[in-house]
Amino acid sequence: MNQRFTLNVNGQTHTVDADPDMPLLYALRNDVGLNNPHFGCGLAQCGACTVHVDGQPTRSCVTPLSAVGQGKIVTLAGLGTPEKPHPLQTAYVEEQVPQCGYCINGWLMTAAAFLRDKKKPSEAEIKDALSGLKCRCGTHISILKAVKRAAEMMG
Amino acid sequence: MTKFEKTSSFTRRSVLLGGGALVVSIGAAISLETVLSISAAYAQGAKPPLTPDQLSSYIAVNADGSVSAFFGKMDMGHGLHVAIGQMVAEELDVPFRNVKVIMGDTATSVNQGGASGSTGIQLGGKQMRMAAAEARRVLVEMAAGLLSTPVDKLNVNDGVVSAADDTSKRISYAQMIGGKYFNVQLDWNKQYGNPLYAPGKAQPKNPKDHKIVGQPIKREDVAPKVFAIENFVTDIKVPGMVHGRMIRPAVAGSEPVKVDEASIKDIPGAKVVWDKGFLGVVADKEWNAIQAAEKLKVEWSQTQPPFPEQATLYDHIRKATVRKREIEKQNGNVDDAFKTAAKVIEAEYEWPFQSHASMGPACALVEIKDGNVTCWSGTQKSHFVQNGLAATLQMPVDKVRVIFTAGPGSYGRNDADDCAMDAAVLAKAVGKPVRLQYMRDQGTGWDPKGPASIHKARAALDASGKVVAYEFTSKGFSRVDVDTNGGKPQDTLAGQTLGVALKSGDGFGVPAESYAFDNKRMGWETIPPLLDRASPLRSAHLRDPVGPQIHFASESFIDEVAAAVNADPIEFRLRYIKEPRDVAVIKAAAEKANWDTRPSPRKDQTGAKVSGRGIAYSQRNGTRVAVIAEVDIDRASGKIFARKFTVAHDCGQIINPDGLVKCIEGNIVQGVSRTLWEEVTFDPKAVTSVDWVSYPILDITETPAEVNVVLINHPELPPTGAGEPSIRPVAAAIANAIFDATGVRIRRVPFSPDRVKAALS
Repeated sequence: MNQRFTLNVNGQTHTVDADPDMPLLYALRNDVGLNNPHFGCGLAQCGACTVHVDGQPTRSCVTPLSAVGQGKIVTLAGLGTPEKPHPLQTAYVEEQVPQCGYCINGWLMTAAAFLRDKKKPSEAEIKDALSGLKCRCGTHISILKAVKRAAEMMG
Repeated sequence: MTKFEKTSSFTRRSVLLGGGALVVSIGAAISLETVLSISAAYAQGAKPPLTPDQLSSYIAVNADGSVSAFFGKMDMGHGLHVAIGQMVAEELDVPFRNVKVIMGDTATSVNQGGASGSTGIQLGGKQMRMAAAEARRVLVEMAAGLLSTPVDKLNVNDGVVSAADDTSKRISYAQMIGGKYFNVQLDWNKQYGNPLYAPGKAQPKNPKDHKIVGQPIKREDVAPKVFAIENFVTDIKVPGMVHGRMIRPAVAGSEPVKVDEASIKDIPGAKVVWDKGFLGVVADKEWNAIQAAEKLKVEWSQTQPPFPEQATLYDHIRKATVRKREIEKQNGNVDDAFKTAAKVIEAEYEWPFQSHASMGPACALVEIKDGNVTCWSGTQKSHFVQNGLAATLQMPVDKVRVIFTAGPGSYGRNDADDCAMDAAVLAKAVGKPVRLQYMRDQGTGWDPKGPASIHKARAALDASGKVVAYEFTSKGFSRVDVDTNGGKPQDTLAGQTLGVALKSGDGFGVPAESYAFDNKRMGWETIPPLLDRASPLRSAHLRDPVGPQIHFASESFIDEVAAAVNADPIEFRLRYIKEPRDVAVIKAAAEKANWDTRPSPRKDQTGAKVSGRGIAYSQRNGTRVAVIAEVDIDRASGKIFARKFTVAHDCGQIINPDGLVKCIEGNIVQGVSRTLWEEVTFDPKAVTSVDWVSYPILDITETPAEVNVVLINHPELPPTGAGEPSIRPVAAAIANAIFDATGVRIRRVPFSPDRVKAALS
């Protein structure tokens, strides 16, 4: 049976009537109308659906609505804007990272949480933090350059 | 959507006769009537037909002075549109930022072949360059009349034509034709698709005069993606749309015999669409469609499991009946030469089925409304999908519009075209627009696969160690078991599940290189598909179709011969390669990598961790690439770290060097992934690679530490392709480096840790 959920997404409140078992991804995409988290696998294996819930990178494709609670959700659209970009977004544009670009929620949202918590990471630490995310186009070299660049920007 | 965002608010005569800043000088040299007739000949308010022989099919100058370039190909992530914009801006003499390249919409572009065979610049750009040059020619001729100045006394800067001796005599492209259509006939070769070519009377610029072509201009579409303000095909929504999901059999080839619609009656809005082997569901909500697809009870026909055990795949290929045999290249008398050999070297190599495994499974939206069909698709070939939809829906082609919208990655004939056809069948059945996205298991498990193959090579050496004869034969599944596109129902899952018989095509390929052996024969053999309808192992084009497998074998084998005669792998290659540009890429890579000239394998290493270097090179439709791989091997675990790559790349004239480097880096990384990890697994019933665990790809922790690219630019030569050539030699370069490090030759891809460990023990 459907239940009513109140979601806090990118600082705004949205009410969603849905199956408690429905993954957060579908609420964000179809009910809240945010396109940025993508469906990649539905299995938490690729990261294309990643959002922050209370600051933690979360695979929204396997997170049931019932588990979100009062958590504050931030999507890529809430990470920064062209006027006020997150350093990772600036670095991604500077390094011209994406090819198809379908994977970037995973990399950006995971790296954003990592760089917030870890200043001046080593390359090995960056790789370790991003391990498991998928990019099928093979932009890994540019991803690493961009994350390193953002890490420098974030001091 | 109309072709122009703003319609012209002024008549032709008002433009010509002046107003505002426009200076129109009509002197004795040319009459007003002549001026008008020139303009009338070149421009008109009504749009000429969207046919390849019309300049208006490629180029329009809008009322605001911007230029629209209508491109019948599309970008799959390499930034092709930037390069096309550069070529158009260059020839037209307009600022790059004023050009917008509109890709792959069947309503605004002609069929230039879609994304295909790395021909975006090579063929697509060639046409757009000629069209832009012709547009400039006619605009300058119009200006000559309007400014009463001969053509050779006119200059063009930023879309403004002015007299060389009096820059007050000036007129802009927008003033002459902005918002109207070119009415100029081109000399079309009557071909559609990749071979389409329709030049005008103009000659393109001398490359020495290029100012925009050759510049490292950045992609404008990166920021919208990074700020999540660009729609992917997955994001398109239309009013009244419902969500679809497809249901595939657990045993490939079986069909539903009983579908229990009551099993999903509790799911709001869920409906079944079932016709012969075609089975899908729709629901108003996406989650409900997913639930319905999972919960629907289906009884399937009893079918003999169609596939061999995977362990016997290569034996199957070896023993399979040859359906088509073709010798593509032959010189000398190979059979006689082998009889005289002092020594014969032979080897055989194996390559598995591989999946596109695009980042997300395919998605398409199809709306059928008022006798018109609109489809949003991430396809590589929207004009072919237009044909496929027309045939599937039995509608006239001109009532079908396909709008290319960037999808979740594409590297050839992936699942996009099948998805568009399935969505169309669902939309027609339910009478509503349907957005269909496949699930992950379908994206990996049911996309058309890169074909599995075996490759036999042998070389005859004389007593001095010279190669006197060489033979190379591939045998495998066809690269066109299903065609490169969904243009015909027979080539789509929708068509095949609805009963259209597969017409499996035959195609493979031979090594592309310039080894000048006195007696040489290269050919291929194709075998029938394992299942002749709706097969999850149907084979088609995957990035650089059959290139990685062929050149893994051929360039590994050249290395084996070099080792057999105790020669350095590069020095050995250069004994036989005579093509100067091939020699140049090999030497450039060797120099950049500080190649240590010596035979392989190394003999100075002991212990668990060893390193090696290997080279491979190949051509591809005019492009040449040499790749040097430096790898580290952990003998204990069998794990390969492909640590460093040096790539020398010659694709003729370079349009955008930064875009080219990114393109090459992606090819190298994807090539490493396919070499080290990728193999579609299956059992007798079905494909068992259904996600990222069962179809692993390269992880960020395994990314090469360095990819150094040496670009060799030939501005004087036509540009050739770059989208795929550099993936071609990667597997052999890694294999050769492993041999250098260990003395062990690995002849089967992927080089997974278990396989490497077993080979080394």
